[in-house]
Amino acid sequence: MTPPGRPAAIAAVLLVASALPPLRHALEASMTAQMLVQLPLLAGVGFVFGRAIPVRMAASLAAWNHRGVTGFVLASLASAYWMLPRLLDASVSEPGIAAAKFVSVPLLVGLPLALSWPRSSFVVRGVLMLESIASLFRLGWLYLISPVRLCNNYLLDDQQRLGQMLIAIGALLFLWIAARLLWGRFDPTRYAGEAPADRRGAASLLATINSPGRR
Amino acid sequence: MPALRTSLASVALVLAGAWLFAGATDGFQAFTSEAARRIAVRDRPAMVPPVALETQSGERINLAELRGKWVLVDFIYTGCRTLCLSLGSDFARLEEELAGPIARGRVRLLSISFDPSRDSPRELAAYLERSRRRGAAWLAARPADAAGLVELERRFGVTVVPDGLGGYVHNTAIHVVDPQGRIVDILDLGAPETVKQSLRRHGVT
Repeated sequence: MTPPGRPAAIAAVLLVASALPPLRHALEASMTAQMLVQLPLLAGVGFVFGRAIPVRMAASLAAWNHRGVTGFVLASLASAYWMLPRLLDASVSEPGIAAAKFVSVPLLVGLPLALSWPRSSFVVRGVLMLESIASLFRLGWLYLISPVRLCNNYLLDDQQRLGQMLIAIGALLFLWIAARLLWGRFDPTRYAGEAPADRRGAASLLATINSPGRR
Repeated sequence: MPALRTSLASVALVLAGAWLFAGATDGFQAFTSEAARRIAVRDRPAMVPPVALETQSGERINLAELRGKWVLVDFIYTGCRTLCLSLGSDFARLEEELAGPIARGRVRLLSISFDPSRDSPRELAAYLERSRRRGAAWLAARPADAAGLVELERRFGVTVVPDGLGGYVHNTAIHVVDPQGRIVDILDLGAPETVKQSLRRHGVT
């Protein structure tokens, strides 16, 4: 098996395993596990699939995905959809909705993210990250203060714990980005005077935003 | 060209997304499954299933036999010490305030237990007494078999979750069933006036 195919095969196994009863029930037993473990896991599987897409296919998709915008739009819409309490609830008790979740979160959230991230500019990434942090805070706050259960399948204390954790994750992400802006290798002033069309500058900028360890 | 194609694709995705969102939320009205089931019965009333029940006096009845009258249905378990107490007092108030239509034989009250293994007729009778029942128009009953319970929960849209402390958490509400046996309204606890309004809207009181 070729090296890019192997992670995808592992991801496929993970996807099937997560849809089978033992793992599925464990990850749907609480609202917290479903939102913080199952959904990110499914998106991660799709991300790995996206990395394994053949070069020619990726190139033809790229013609419709200028600077990664289309992919980010798709991923944002699909992830917002799966944050509706009603769908979290229904995906536990209705087989059709469950199937839609196991197919659409990998293919419509993780995969487009993988295709779009490398093509996107600093500004687009910044907007996406800050909007994600804002969403974590908004959703976390809603779950924390709601006096009623938003999902009939889950308990109120579970919902409130999830709210706290969403806010904590949002805060950590924010601190991480702030720390990288302050102490990371990226120096915003270095690029301030350069022409926006400077491709080399932009490319090295992208390389700096991508964590140093990534290939 | 990629920029143009990308804008076209993005606009198409946003439109498709909005359409899907509208579909998934009943036109941006129901974001939770509880809101959804209430809207669903108002638009398309669901038939109550013909399930065999055992009442607090040990009598066997079928839910389908209650047709011909308006029935207010709630779901309980007698071991509950929190919300069901409030359900019990809601029904006690409704029994008092609907005394007229009840006396004319137009309205009945029915509390169905979703914990049939613990809620024997004796427990059900004690529940009614604790809840200060006044007359025979208020029945408490448990499904006669497990399949009946599943069917009831499915048709009424009741979800019961163990609370980890030996009790249950469930979506509590008062279900209004019309004389044809259709669930036409699902209403919140703690607001008996809304139940009376619903009955008035349907021409009962």
